[in-house]
Amino acid sequence: MLHNFISATYIAAGVMFILALAGLSRHETAKRGNAFGMLGMVFAVVATNFVIAYDDLSVDHPQWWSAILLYVALAIGATIGIWKARTVEMTGMPELIAQLHSFVGLAAVLVGFGSFVENPHADSFHLFEVFLGVFIGAVTFTGSIVAWGKLNGRFPSKPLTLPGRNWLNLGAVVVSVLLGAWFMQSHSIIPLVLMTVIAFALGVHLVAAIGGADMPVVISMLNSYSGWAAAFSGFMLDIPVLIVTGALVGASGAILSYIMCRAMNRSFISVILGGFGDDTSAAADTEMGDYRELTAADVAELLTDARSVIIAPGYGMAVAQAQYPVAELTASLQARGVTVRFAIHPVAGRLPGHMNVLLAEAHVPYDIVLEMDEINDDFKDTDVVLVIGANDTVNPAAMEPGSPISGMPVLHVWEARQVVVFKRSMNAGYAGVQNPLFFNENSAMCFGDAKATVQAILSSLPAGAEHAQVGA
Amino acid sequence: MRIGVPHETGDSRVAATPTTVKQLLDLGYEVVMEHGAGAASSFPDASYEAVGATVSDAARVWASDVVISVNEPTPAQAGQLHRGSVLITFLHPRQEPNQVAELAARGVTALSMDMVPRTSRAQSLDALSSMANISGYRAVVEAAHAFGRFFTGQVTAAGKVPPAKVLVAGTGVAGLAAIGAANALGAIVRATDVRPETAEQVESMGATFLHVEGSGQGVSSDGYAREASADYAVRAAELYAQQARDVDIIITTAAIPGRRSPLLITAQMVRSMKPGSVIVDLAALGGGNCELTRPGESYVTDNGVTIIGYTDLASRLPAQSSQLYGTNLVNALKLMTPGKDGQLVIDFDDEVVRTMAVSRDGKVTFPPPPIQVSALPVPAAPAPAPAVPQPAGPARPWWYPVAVVGVGAVVFIALLTFAPSNFVTLFGLFVLAVVVGYYVVWNVTHALHTPLMSVTNAISGIIIVGAMSQLASPNWTVKMIAFVAVTLASINIFGGFTVTQRMLSMFRKAN
Repeated sequence: MLHNFISATYIAAGVMFILALAGLSRHETAKRGNAFGMLGMVFAVVATNFVIAYDDLSVDHPQWWSAILLYVALAIGATIGIWKARTVEMTGMPELIAQLHSFVGLAAVLVGFGSFVENPHADSFHLFEVFLGVFIGAVTFTGSIVAWGKLNGRFPSKPLTLPGRNWLNLGAVVVSVLLGAWFMQSHSIIPLVLMTVIAFALGVHLVAAIGGADMPVVISMLNSYSGWAAAFSGFMLDIPVLIVTGALVGASGAILSYIMCRAMNRSFISVILGGFGDDTSAAADTEMGDYRELTAADVAELLTDARSVIIAPGYGMAVAQAQYPVAELTASLQARGVTVRFAIHPVAGRLPGHMNVLLAEAHVPYDIVLEMDEINDDFKDTDVVLVIGANDTVNPAAMEPGSPISGMPVLHVWEARQVVVFKRSMNAGYAGVQNPLFFNENSAMCFGDAKATVQAILSSLPAGAEHAQVGA
Repeated sequence: MRIGVPHETGDSRVAATPTTVKQLLDLGYEVVMEHGAGAASSFPDASYEAVGATVSDAARVWASDVVISVNEPTPAQAGQLHRGSVLITFLHPRQEPNQVAELAARGVTALSMDMVPRTSRAQSLDALSSMANISGYRAVVEAAHAFGRFFTGQVTAAGKVPPAKVLVAGTGVAGLAAIGAANALGAIVRATDVRPETAEQVESMGATFLHVEGSGQGVSSDGYAREASADYAVRAAELYAQQARDVDIIITTAAIPGRRSPLLITAQMVRSMKPGSVIVDLAALGGGNCELTRPGESYVTDNGVTIIGYTDLASRLPAQSSQLYGTNLVNALKLMTPGKDGQLVIDFDDEVVRTMAVSRDGKVTFPPPPIQVSALPVPAAPAPAPAVPQPAGPARPWWYPVAVVGVGAVVFIALLTFAPSNFVTLFGLFVLAVVVGYYVVWNVTHALHTPLMSVTNAISGIIIVGAMSQLASPNWTVKMIAFVAVTLASINIFGGFTVTQRMLSMFRKAN
């Protein structure tokens, strides 16, 4: 009976998780989706709790130690997890997610080792499952740590390009396969440990070879890996709910990575193999001409005269934490009767949807925040476009053949009457490609920290908004 | 180095305003203004002194290292320039080669503002465009002044007023500016140009482009093309004749530098116009686009048509012209002051500077070598397609995907046949879950990608179930490993759900 109760709970949990993902597809149902996810998790944990702690209750032999360890571990995890989630800055969201992925990876490695230590003489098929689960878990773990380091600047975000890096990866996989054969034959822990070390190194190398601009893809790829790791642990331990949930997460992460890649017009393989930016050094140095510079006061004047404004934010806005002044500027312009909208490139920022989260944090209504495809045709009827800390996503060079970003869909900001680019310097973006936009006749540069600049513009907007507000 | 700005004779403009003087000072120069130089542009001497310029007499101005002005110097003024000094102004080297030769002989380095190449890099110093823009605007203002009625149509208690109809001939910078100004006043604006490719710009300014009927058709061979162009002139004349009877105001801007302006409006067409109509001829300097234009003059014909042939439209808006021209000059000097240290460097490797320079080191350097102008209109050759479409591979036969999936399925079945039976059941679940995940995620809106990722991240914490089941193991090593795994996984679960909740509560819709 207990067995049936547990199986039923697991099925219910699986359905909850599907509902959670489905709910996350629209703003209106997103909160509900998250609640479904939590409910599913509660079901799964409570049911498992009965399995381990009170399975033998009927024969008057409860596993007190297991129960105590479980509750202690849960309490520690809950404290750390909630504390981290509450204190994280919204700009630090990508790092947090990368860090959480690494925990799943490490947990999968530990579960694999635990499973082996508990029963080293299992049949070879089980050992194969253990081996695969540990491998994926280990790659996820170190890969996520490197991604986390790249995102918060602890590791250089430039791609690490070792000579023959693809051969190194292939070699690591081949050696792992050989170790796997040894492992299944000998039932010894040595090949498992060796493989784990190699998989750790592989995870580091894989992500280190990928440039900072491709981080959105890497994060969602690691998300996918963490799902597969959970699914393989499920095979290892014969727990269906693990398999179902892991597969759901794995599939969703894979699709998300695919969507990201398509947004950059890159093949998934080319992102994963990394080293992007190798052949750009020649293009980066060419002289493009002169650029014009505007002060914050000039920009304020430009904005006061405009009827429609589009803001195209990028990673620079996140770095400068400029979302609050940008939101304030938006409100102030709207009060003057200026139409303000946001144009979000699918890979703006370092995480899919990064910009949306930041703007939401600053209370920008989400119905004026539009995707590239929705707004790209509107640029030509726009008076002023403010490009805040974006570079590659607004680069017209992508429209021409021969550039490393050729064919990548970009925001057509240059079609607007006037473009103002907020930037810290004239350096090239992550792709290392010079941006001809900056030298266009209808472009002007506004150098400096995005936050300080936007605040300066706000303070130089002439008074009179109050009148408009009363009128509106 | 010292920059001198003279008082212009017979022109209300000035080559520097207090705003641009400040920019020149920032470039490291010293600036000396002639007494009363900006007075006609409403910039009193005191306003220059307030920003840091000195005000002095003509002799000191012309003895400066660099002299910037609007008009070319008189022979007496040129005589005051010292050897090695630099003069930047409108010099018209094509029309007046003698003056350039004289400056060269005196050892003056002369840069002509009307020689600025029309490349995008030189856009910021293109004074001809700045002045044309102002002339176009002023042409409409002059026309409105001479025209006895409203531009905009109105329905009033005292009756209905029809809107004025304006025809703009020639749609360069001046023509487009005139279209914009007339449109802003509420008139019905039409425009035409020999270059049909300007139609888009005309329409973008809110006017209707009038195509010369049958133009450009049947142009196949050389001989025939010439025939067509003679034909074109006839058809264009028909168009103008027809419009002249209909419109109230005609603004002509078809000027060709150094040549006689083409005749567009004949005396007969003027006679066919309604009394009270106005013609503003911006090409008056080159003889005029209208047969009856008197350059520099405004008069009323016998049938009551006002013909305005002013040649100084830009200087009739002196404060604006001075400001724009002054900024063009500042941009030119910025280009030639790489160190921002007040040291002028004439770099002949810079094609903009090279093209502007008409004399240096005692030699005439006009005409400059031809340069590649990127925005050269080439009507015959269409621009290359911006993106090269990927060559599509040969289409695969319809059975190809079926075959691939079929073979894959057979291999898969064969493998599973030899796997433990328990695994096969679980694998079925796995495959179904992947398919469900695949379809669910496709529908997610882009804005929710981050919350989706954090929620799937939390859900992947389900690995806690695996770790928990190992807690039950009697082996203490396994118990301890499982303890760590449970802790890690629960950080993930609690952290993931909390952060998702936090993010989602931030998304809000405008009320």
